[in-house]
Amino acid sequence: MKITQRKLWQFKGGIHPDDHKALSNTAATTPIALAPRLFIPLQQHIGAITKPVVTIGQRVLKGELIAEAGGHVSAPIHAPTSGTVSAIDLHPIAHPSALKIPAIIIDSDGEERWTLREELSRPLDLNPHEIRQRIKAAGVVGLGGAGFPAHIKLNPGAHTQIETLIINGAECEPYITCDDRLMREKPLEVILGIQIMRRALSARHVLIGIEDNKPEAAIALQQILQQLGEREIEVVVVPTIYPTGGERQLIQVLTGKEVPSQGIPLDIGVVCQNVATAAHSYAALYKGEPLINRIVTVSGESVVRPGNYEVPFGTPLSELIGAAGGVKGGGAATVIVGGPMMGIPVTDLQIAVTKTTNAILVQPPQPYPVAHHPCIRCGACAASCPAQLQPQQLYWHSRSRDFDKVQDEHIFDCIECGCCAWVCPSTIPLVHYFRFAKSEIWGRERDKAAADIARERHEFRQQRIEREKQERAELMQRKKAALAKKKAGDGGDVKESIAAAVERTKAKKAKLASQEATLESETIATPSEAEAKSNP
Amino acid sequence: MKLPQLTLSSPHLHGDAALDRLMQQVAIALIPAIAVNMWVFGWGVITNIFITLIVSLGSEAIAVALRRRSVAVALSDYSAVVTALLLGLTLPPLSPWWLLVTGSVAAIIFAKHLYGGLGFNPFNPAMVGFVVLLISFPVEMTRWQAPFNPVAFDLGFFGALTYVFSGHLPFDISLDALTMATPLDHLKTGLSLQHNLSEIRSNTEVFGMVAGKGWEWANLAILAGGLWLLYQRIITWHAPVTLLVTLATTALIFNLIDPARYADPLFHLLSGGTILGAFFIVTDPVTGATSVKGRIIFAAGVALIVYIIRNWGGFPDGIAFAVLLMNMAAPTIDYYTRPRVIGHHQEERQP
Repeated sequence: MKITQRKLWQFKGGIHPDDHKALSNTAATTPIALAPRLFIPLQQHIGAITKPVVTIGQRVLKGELIAEAGGHVSAPIHAPTSGTVSAIDLHPIAHPSALKIPAIIIDSDGEERWTLREELSRPLDLNPHEIRQRIKAAGVVGLGGAGFPAHIKLNPGAHTQIETLIINGAECEPYITCDDRLMREKPLEVILGIQIMRRALSARHVLIGIEDNKPEAAIALQQILQQLGEREIEVVVVPTIYPTGGERQLIQVLTGKEVPSQGIPLDIGVVCQNVATAAHSYAALYKGEPLINRIVTVSGESVVRPGNYEVPFGTPLSELIGAAGGVKGGGAATVIVGGPMMGIPVTDLQIAVTKTTNAILVQPPQPYPVAHHPCIRCGACAASCPAQLQPQQLYWHSRSRDFDKVQDEHIFDCIECGCCAWVCPSTIPLVHYFRFAKSEIWGRERDKAAADIARERHEFRQQRIEREKQERAELMQRKKAALAKKKAGDGGDVKESIAAAVERTKAKKAKLASQEATLESETIATPSEAEAKSNP
Repeated sequence: MKLPQLTLSSPHLHGDAALDRLMQQVAIALIPAIAVNMWVFGWGVITNIFITLIVSLGSEAIAVALRRRSVAVALSDYSAVVTALLLGLTLPPLSPWWLLVTGSVAAIIFAKHLYGGLGFNPFNPAMVGFVVLLISFPVEMTRWQAPFNPVAFDLGFFGALTYVFSGHLPFDISLDALTMATPLDHLKTGLSLQHNLSEIRSNTEVFGMVAGKGWEWANLAILAGGLWLLYQRIITWHAPVTLLVTLATTALIFNLIDPARYADPLFHLLSGGTILGAFFIVTDPVTGATSVKGRIIFAAGVALIVYIIRNWGGFPDGIAFAVLLMNMAAPTIDYYTRPRVIGHHQEERQP
């Protein structure tokens, strides 16, 4: 089977870690036994948290909507199985600080009874808007890891011509093989899903990027393309360099174009979607099935049966690791959600599989980190950085908390791929320093925004006090002038003096009213004034 | 600054690069140079290194202990070993003990730990040690032995050590019989006496085939070590190649203008500390420039300053001065040679 040869570009930097893919990519994907209780976090994507539409005690069917999108950038969530909503409560998620967020807890009835599904035989006849609506309704998000709602990326706007739709099958992180298995086992679903995405975007052509350590996947897709006679979709085998699977890196390798800093691929006429997202777009359109499960790689040196498992969302990690045979020797292990380069270690196995959980790594317990050597500015990190940053400078300034300099070194172009820390001879946890600096800068910007508002209020108040003082002075002057005039007139017209008295009363009333108004506004402004004083 | 433990942050894998192994390999790369130097100059090379090693490691341990850091961690990074080897190699063989001690202490305590230790020193420690000695003790620093002097070998290690500490040679000869000016010294003196270059070079006691007798071999041995470092990817080619090419080109230009006064490129490349500087000094990551463009500018600057000092300066060789001068410029060079970040347009640098 011949795979198309096309001109490729290379991104600068990158590393070649052992891929450890053979651990988990040899066996077919197996569905795991349904867990008795599923914990479905209300946020499984980038964007607004979803709003539950079920009540405690309610019976739900498999695929039934249980939480609706909480905003434009959001994706609804559906019941992964049939059962009863037993609670809506805080539940830990895979987060560096073991954050807890609200989750719908479903006790499964084991019957797997589906809700009504609308199957379509020719979804490509739908217009792009209808396709997006269905993908949105199915809760499809980017399954490569970030979880950006798919329907938004499939909406280029009226004035943007999408030159290239890039399908990311690179799967560059070591150990992870869920996309590899998907492409091998369900190539037709992937390709049909890609056709749907291409229709939604009216993209000119499609490139599927696959690293050259997955020849079986590339061949499987190529065979389907030939059977379908599809000419606008091209499988492109790219060299295995971590992090080729990064969106910006893959776009650079396939098109030679750089996504602008702070920009998105759409800015250069490119949209990038993951292969699993394509497969679930297929399921959403052809079969009317919402996104309720995914393939998760369970791998690592310490798990008994590494492999790929089809897992309903909400399944606790303990169940998943149990399905994979548990921990070797039953001893201690480090559990990482995601790959070894960018994954998050967890401290609680009740954490559930969500839309963005592509892998679980069970590794021998990590040694407690010894103090690292100092940075000798060898520049290995800079040479490995795919964004061409200077990690040694970022580290230096982060360490000294000089965040202006950190930003001057473009810290927000850092994708936290971990190449720098991987190559560092002094084993400095560079990414950790960068995350620290980023959070500090975000915190500082929040503080600054709050201080700006406080200062504005304070200035406004000063202005108002000044104005009132002036007004009072003018009034006094007018009164004095009137008094002087009266004395000069000495018993003038009685009518005139009565008119003047009426005028004075009117003014007094008006002033009283205005004073009341200012008093009210002052009461509202008081807390911020206090803040402004303490925060000059 | 308090940060959570390393285990909390990705990546959870690490490549096989390690600081101690890196420094070990630099030290190993100096072994051919040490061997050939000994073949040329005798046991004095070994006594030099023996004493600089002991004093450097001792100074490192004391400094680190005073700074309340782990002595074991600091000594295990091998950086003090590399400094000691470089200093020992660049000082005249059979240097007296106090010269070696002063140089090592200046290198480790003053140039390194007063600035915050490894990674924080702006100046190359070995070069600081060398320059301190060169300025303070010019007589001792120019007392190089003649190459292939049988006495230097007959001494044996302990004879040499005795001389280093006592100042007495076991035989009835004075040190002056052992020493003579270095080839670069010779050249400088000869030129200042208005001698013609070919007249000067005709002295076969001092000059060998292309450069100083014996010195050319020592430099080739350093080159072998340097090439091994390149092969091991401990260093990149940018700095060494730039230094050698710049020095050779400059020498060639002047040599073509006036061959009677200006030595040929090969002489410059294989004389003095050129090769050592190119592969072991300007490649020091801590004190050199870090970006690729920066390394090239840094090395070119060193080469030009070396050529100027050798031809028009007050010292016969200028590697150490050139390196220290460029060390000062390194942060600025790095600042203005940052590569373009992906997704950005080439930016204007604010001075």
